[in-house]
Amino acid sequence: MGTKTQIAALPGWYSLDGEPHLIGSRCIACRSYYFPKRTTACRNPACGSDTLEAVSLSRTGKLWSFTDACYQPPEPFLAPDPFVPFAIAAVELEHERMVVLGQVVSGVDVGQLRLGMTMELVVEPLFADEATESLVWKWRPV
Amino acid sequence: MSAREIAILGVGMHPWGKWGRNFVEYGLVAARAALADAGIDWRKIQFVSGAATIRCGYPGYVAGATFAQALGWQGAQVNTSYAACASGSQALAAARSKILSGECEVALVIGADTTPKGFLAPQKGERPDDPDWVRFRLGITNPAYFGLYARRRMGLYGDTQEDFARVKVKNADHGFSNPNARYRKRFSMEDVAASAMVANPLRLMDICATSDGAAALIVSSLDFARRHGRGDAVRIAAISTVTPTFASEVLEMPDLATDSAVAAAAHRFRAALPRKAYEEAGIGPEDVHVAEVYDLSTALELDWYEDLQFCARGDAAGLLRAGVTRLGGRLPVNASGGLACFGEAVPAQALAQVCELAWQLRGTAGARQVEGAKVGITANQGLFGHGSSVIVKK
Ligand SMILES: [Zn+2]
Repeated sequence: MGTKTQIAALPGWYSLDGEPHLIGSRCIACRSYYFPKRTTACRNPACGSDTLEAVSLSRTGKLWSFTDACYQPPEPFLAPDPFVPFAIAAVELEHERMVVLGQVVSGVDVGQLRLGMTMELVVEPLFADEATESLVWKWRPV
Repeated sequence: MSAREIAILGVGMHPWGKWGRNFVEYGLVAARAALADAGIDWRKIQFVSGAATIRCGYPGYVAGATFAQALGWQGAQVNTSYAACASGSQALAAARSKILSGECEVALVIGADTTPKGFLAPQKGERPDDPDWVRFRLGITNPAYFGLYARRRMGLYGDTQEDFARVKVKNADHGFSNPNARYRKRFSMEDVAASAMVANPLRLMDICATSDGAAALIVSSLDFARRHGRGDAVRIAAISTVTPTFASEVLEMPDLATDSAVAAAAHRFRAALPRKAYEEAGIGPEDVHVAEVYDLSTALELDWYEDLQFCARGDAAGLLRAGVTRLGGRLPVNASGGLACFGEAVPAQALAQVCELAWQLRGTAGARQVEGAKVGITANQGLFGHGSSVIVKK
């Protein structure tokens, strides 16, 4: 298990370091944030700036809402066999004034979640084959 | 205001179901029913406004022409609209523009679909630049978004799973006698509670299916209606198809994040749709007698009560529990049975909502008739900033 190569399932969307964070972008003119990141064209209709910079988004936020996937989703989801239901969280980042979706870490079900609780960003395997583990961002209750 | 109105001369549908036939067959049935209802010869139709289906190949992309050919080329103008779940309303808006500008007097508006089995999933291939593909890779399906909205209602307003089940039981009662509904079966609270959990807190019976079906309208100028002895026809008083306004308050399908509200106030898209319709018709929610809303899930129907301003934010379950929105109540919602009884046939669904309002306002809805209904409103939301709200009045 521990000898597998770890790679990002979505390269460039998040860092894989000890304190992982999502990589979004911020408009240099109006300061609006975006995730996934944009390289041009701020979407604020009052702005119109074409210059956006890559930024790390906050690693923690408040749980806006949550649900779960009780049935195996269709492709392109890569399901472990057998399929294990997982929880899904929408987390509100206070500084960025935005809500970001993601899976909840394995082992945490909806019974352990409640609106408004603090959630932290981690990376965990989304799927694995014999040689590699593909990591993705997930939310974990603090 | 009346200068902006058009008449509904005829309505027709092909029953919803999982029939597995070509969508053109369903459309023909609906078109012929609408023409017969209007008493208009097909060759008199000057404009065919089709709602596209994206799952039925090229004929679906050019649905307007496909139906014009199927009915027999007769030299009408033609157009096809695509706007996800609001495609039917966009096609209706196109017909209204042509009529109000004087480019035509009478038009056929039509949508039909044949749907695949199972989850709606994106096209094949590796497309990490497409957020819709990415959310499926993460296993976040449409019901997950419905689950998020439902859970938020429970957390903020104290709604319960029993409230959501109550919506299903109500709509199943309403649709029981509707010959165009796919599911005509009454359900109890226990039936809903016993169905499998799909996206907590929503169960299988809280979430609508996808269906085959078709709906068609014959619409005309008021002058044309009068000349044909139909000066009393029900009228379309408003068609709202506005986009969202930056920034977003609600996480919308298929997005992975909202637009940041750092630089601009957050807006609620669903609420913007009927607001524009009320403005256009010069009426308010207090004037509405019957509503057809897009209950993709039971909990979403409750969101719509608030977005339609039938009650204050958070009070929708109270309205439901008091029986206000059931047949016999002050403001019945989804008298047709709604998506709960129909399942979604995307390009036909927004038109089906208008068909139901036409029957209700004519007083010909039979066992599901809302007594004395004179003003009705539809509400519908789809992907990618599309949605609609249509006001029909007597
Ligand atoms: Zn900007």
